[in-house]
Amino acid sequence: MNEVILITGRTIAQGSNLENKMSDAYIDAAARCEMNENLLTRIGASVGDAVKVSTRFGEVVVNAEKDDGLPDGHIFIPMGPWANAIVDPDTGGVGTPAFKGVPANIEKTDEAVLSVKDLIARYREG
Amino acid sequence: MAAETVSNVVCPLCGCLCDDIEVIVENGKISNVKKACPLGKNKIMGHDRIKAPMIRENGEFKEVSYDDAIEKSAQILAQAKRPLLYGWASLICEAQRKGVELAEEIGALIDTTASVCHGSTVVGVQGRGAPGCTLGEVKNRADLVIYWGCNPQEAHPRHRARYAHSVKGMYRPNGKKDRKVFVIDVRETKTAKVADEFVKIDPGYDYMAFSALRTILAGHADVVPDTVGGVAKEKLVEMVDAMKSCEFGVIFGGMGLTQTRCRYKNLENVISLVDELNAHTKFTLIPMRGHYNVNGSGHTLAWLTGYPFAIDFSRGYAWYNPGETASNDVLLRREVDAMMAIAGDPGAHFPGESLRHMAKIPLIQIDPYANPTTELADVVIPTAISGVEVDGTAYRMDGVPIRTRKVVETEYLTDEEVLERILTRVRELKGGN
Repeated sequence: MNEVILITGRTIAQGSNLENKMSDAYIDAAARCEMNENLLTRIGASVGDAVKVSTRFGEVVVNAEKDDGLPDGHIFIPMGPWANAIVDPDTGGVGTPAFKGVPANIEKTDEAVLSVKDLIARYREG
Repeated sequence: MAAETVSNVVCPLCGCLCDDIEVIVENGKISNVKKACPLGKNKIMGHDRIKAPMIRENGEFKEVSYDDAIEKSAQILAQAKRPLLYGWASLICEAQRKGVELAEEIGALIDTTASVCHGSTVVGVQGRGAPGCTLGEVKNRADLVIYWGCNPQEAHPRHRARYAHSVKGMYRPNGKKDRKVFVIDVRETKTAKVADEFVKIDPGYDYMAFSALRTILAGHADVVPDTVGGVAKEKLVEMVDAMKSCEFGVIFGGMGLTQTRCRYKNLENVISLVDELNAHTKFTLIPMRGHYNVNGSGHTLAWLTGYPFAIDFSRGYAWYNPGETASNDVLLRREVDAMMAIAGDPGAHFPGESLRHMAKIPLIQIDPYANPTTELADVVIPTAISGVEVDGTAYRMDGVPIRTRKVVETEYLTDEEVLERILTRVRELKGGN
């Protein structure tokens, strides 16, 4: 397990599929976890490998991507249902959950990335 | 029929509301979009719509008439003790106004996507004031532009080119050469790569950085530690020098301030900084609003109720206390017993813990497109796309209201029509009790 800080936010590809979220393009855009080369190496993953990111609030499987703009120990998942499976829901006394700066763990996994339908179905089950 | 070019279309995607879009229409259908960024182009071009209203029966959706879906929605809302009406960002002010009427009628909570976005900015502004200006003033006057915790290259792709960086203005005739751009962020974003200066800050240290900048500005650099949130003191001193010596400065604030530690306190602190800078030069702040009319939702709700989001009508009058009355507050407390999601997608943009409760209560969705919220919805009502198939008023991120255009005809009902019909039926149902 590797301790990291999770940041979520917008990307061009996520925004371009904002009104097209049931598409494969949206999975490519939002079911991804960006990290720098050091972190990729440390968790033994290559670009495109599945990684499991877990926080106190849940876990989610996404595809590893490289972005050397991220400082070591930080990961970025585009805003969307994959990121939101693990963000901190606490509204900070002002109504807004903590979508950024959430302590997380990351590891390589053999588990599959869930589709939007399967991801959301988890909430129907409880 | 020959292709027709509709000029000066207002893009209904982000808070930039670019009003120079060209849409090519052939045989009543949009065939191409010019000048828009990829985000706007994809939205205006459109794709497979929800074909018809739907009601979920035994776990599966069944297509129904508008009448049936509106009847079912009205019954859900009329019977609910603690309904939540959420969204209101991707539609026009005229429909938002109808939403407030519905909320008041049924004693609902009405909340906008601001509560997961710039709600903290709005609260900060209420506490400390809004040192704003228009994007036109930025274009014509600004020589120092600071993007703090925002990444317009990806979230507002034409922002720099149209309003803030490369654009030529009346007093900035050389565009980029006449301006200096700082980016302050926790990572080297695409915007950081095109800025003159990138200042990397540790996550959650924005409040301390603003305090350090204010301390330096007040002449007390000696008490500032060597680094603040990973930023060297020398860099902070340089930033203050740049801020004091510019002719017209603007800070564009993003989710990096509102969704992280200190939330609205970050905004109060940066507004104080801007206030104090005005003793030296002209300085302003503009929030980088996301959805094209989320700013309008704040304006519309405020002029109708006195409050901009997270409004609770359960007492029979408007009550506002974000932290208690915002959507995620009430969902996390398992307090809501029915919900309408309109022109916003909580299924994609709320934390999982909130979705767990949404899955348990009747959920009505009003939206042109299927999205994660549809997967949780019990009633789905497709509508016309505001800004493409419906004209109306939207507020740009700087608070300038702009009349959006209707480009093509549609068979779908508008959001306003659907809300009006639900409201009429709710009144009948409640009147009959």
